[in-house]
Amino acid sequence: MTGPDGARDLAELLSFLRRRLTGEYEIDEFGFDPELTDRVLLELVRPLYRHWFRVETFGMDNVPGDAGALVVANHSGTIPLDGLMLQVALHDDHPRRRAVRLLGADLVYQLPLLGHLARKSGHTLACREDADRLLRKGELVGVFPEGFKGVGKPFSERYRLQRFGRGGFVASAIRAGVPIVPCAIVGAEEIYPKIGDLPLLARALGLPYVPITPFFPWLGLLGLVPLPSKWMIGFGEPIRTDEFDPADADDPVLVFNLTDHVREVIQQHLNELRLRRGHAFPPIL
Amino acid sequence: MTHTVLVTGVSRHIGARVASVLAADPDIDRVIGVDTVPPPSLSGDGGVPAGRTEFVRVDLRGSDIAQVIAAADVDTVIHMSLLSAPPGGGGRTFMKEHNVIGAMQLLGACQRSATIRRVVVRSTTAVYGSSPHDPAVFTEDTEPAEPPGHGYAKDAAEVEGYVRGFARRRRDVTVSTLRFAGFMGCGVDSPLTRYFTQPVLPTMLGFDPRLQFVHEDDAVEVLRRMATEDHPGTFNVAGDGVLLLSQCARRAGLPSLPVPPAVFRSLGDLARRLGLVAFSPEQLRLMRHGRVVDTTRLAAALGWRPKIPTAAAFEEFVRARDLAGGLPAAMTDLLLSAVEQAVERAVNRPANPPPVRR
Repeated sequence: MTGPDGARDLAELLSFLRRRLTGEYEIDEFGFDPELTDRVLLELVRPLYRHWFRVETFGMDNVPGDAGALVVANHSGTIPLDGLMLQVALHDDHPRRRAVRLLGADLVYQLPLLGHLARKSGHTLACREDADRLLRKGELVGVFPEGFKGVGKPFSERYRLQRFGRGGFVASAIRAGVPIVPCAIVGAEEIYPKIGDLPLLARALGLPYVPITPFFPWLGLLGLVPLPSKWMIGFGEPIRTDEFDPADADDPVLVFNLTDHVREVIQQHLNELRLRRGHAFPPIL
Repeated sequence: MTHTVLVTGVSRHIGARVASVLAADPDIDRVIGVDTVPPPSLSGDGGVPAGRTEFVRVDLRGSDIAQVIAAADVDTVIHMSLLSAPPGGGGRTFMKEHNVIGAMQLLGACQRSATIRRVVVRSTTAVYGSSPHDPAVFTEDTEPAEPPGHGYAKDAAEVEGYVRGFARRRRDVTVSTLRFAGFMGCGVDSPLTRYFTQPVLPTMLGFDPRLQFVHEDDAVEVLRRMATEDHPGTFNVAGDGVLLLSQCARRAGLPSLPVPPAVFRSLGDLARRLGLVAFSPEQLRLMRHGRVVDTTRLAAALGWRPKIPTAAAFEEFVRARDLAGGLPAAMTDLLLSAVEQAVERAVNRPANPPPVRR
């Protein structure tokens, strides 16, 4: 025993274990388990966030403290670690420790384990109903509108935003009247440089792609270790949607225009942040 | 305006309780309960005091129900008779005929009746199915990504179809469809409650479904209100809040055994053959992907919402069935109290002067 502080920590840990063992914790209707997320799941990712990618965040004051908002970010990295890093950033570096609720592909929710871990860490399926519901409840929702086109793009196209889906996320923000917070993530592009593709294997496995990187599959599992690129996550000035009428969400021209605007803002922010970061692997080169 | 109420499925627990509550209401003149078997006796297991309820033994698959409705000038029908599993002796064919043909016969009789003013149909949230492509929370208007293709859920979906047809043809009748989450309570006997009374809970490896329950008291209260007030439409009924299956197992103090889905299916088949638990394919899907519904519409219509949250309904069920207090819970309590005492001693130890070093 290391005195009162150590004893208190131990007592806290024990009451945590007791809650977990007896099921006396709360989850929300989406299956979000805040305690498990903060104390176990994010804890596993934090070393990667702090020491491996050395993530720095900028413009955190652009993310509202307690109201609903839609964070729209670029998607990259072959394996979507950017979602996890965004989650840690908004939880650990935001003064109000916000839990971001990411909208994910339905592929995630078909897989055993992954789908349920995603739900427990607060994420849900990218569909209009769930997005509207979360925003109505004042949650901070995150989307990667590029989807697989973004995360699975070849290394040669790094930091070039792909098409932004059908703009469903903009319509959801307009319906809820919440601001859109543009977010640029720099660093994820270099973790698994995708230089090739195995389309036949991907089709056989039902996956959107099977990547070839300089290290995978040549080094086997070792090739799955992400390269330690330097990351920066920046949040831009919120784009307001409350001056629109909720019915404007059904006006395709307006939605497309706003989608393009958001995309341009993110691309510009991405270019600036990439310049600011400089080389992806500063200690080596 | 409710004078004569007909309740089907009155030999089963919730049906019997609804009939009994309505029979206790002085504004209601007559309560007629029908079912294929007589209600269990009060002294026996699961008996509910029937009060003034008049029991009539009717097989819903036949046309006798029309005579009952015509003879008694019934103005309100509460259709509770929806089997969630084949009853002992009867197979799936019997269950399907009972559920679907029974509802058709009943609705046909209602359509011909000049006195019917209100029809309340018990359905289930199982009509939404359960798949990874669905939104996390179903509202009454959600179109399921994969409509149920089997058993109970398919029967309920078909019954709802006939109910909609009836409502279109008899616009003068108030038709309410209630989609209930899993019933929970000490008197409830369903595939779900039987699942939770096993000594070990097999679960699907890699899946932890979200579940919702409605306490039997709340279910009875909703049905009572629907029987005596006009609330046309379809409503989800569930207790507030959500429990994960893993949470249920921990709260009940039951060990869970995660098995690959294929093994789970064959275990389910084995259990069904042994007559232990009947797991139909759509229940297997529920054990994978779970299901949560939104109850805003019900609360808005009734100005009332179920009083007992999902977690409390489950807790009461666990306590009533004496499931809790298994070995895992006892062991952790023992360990925790020992450590807590040690911690307390350490905390109470004066910080000044510092401990003597040897």
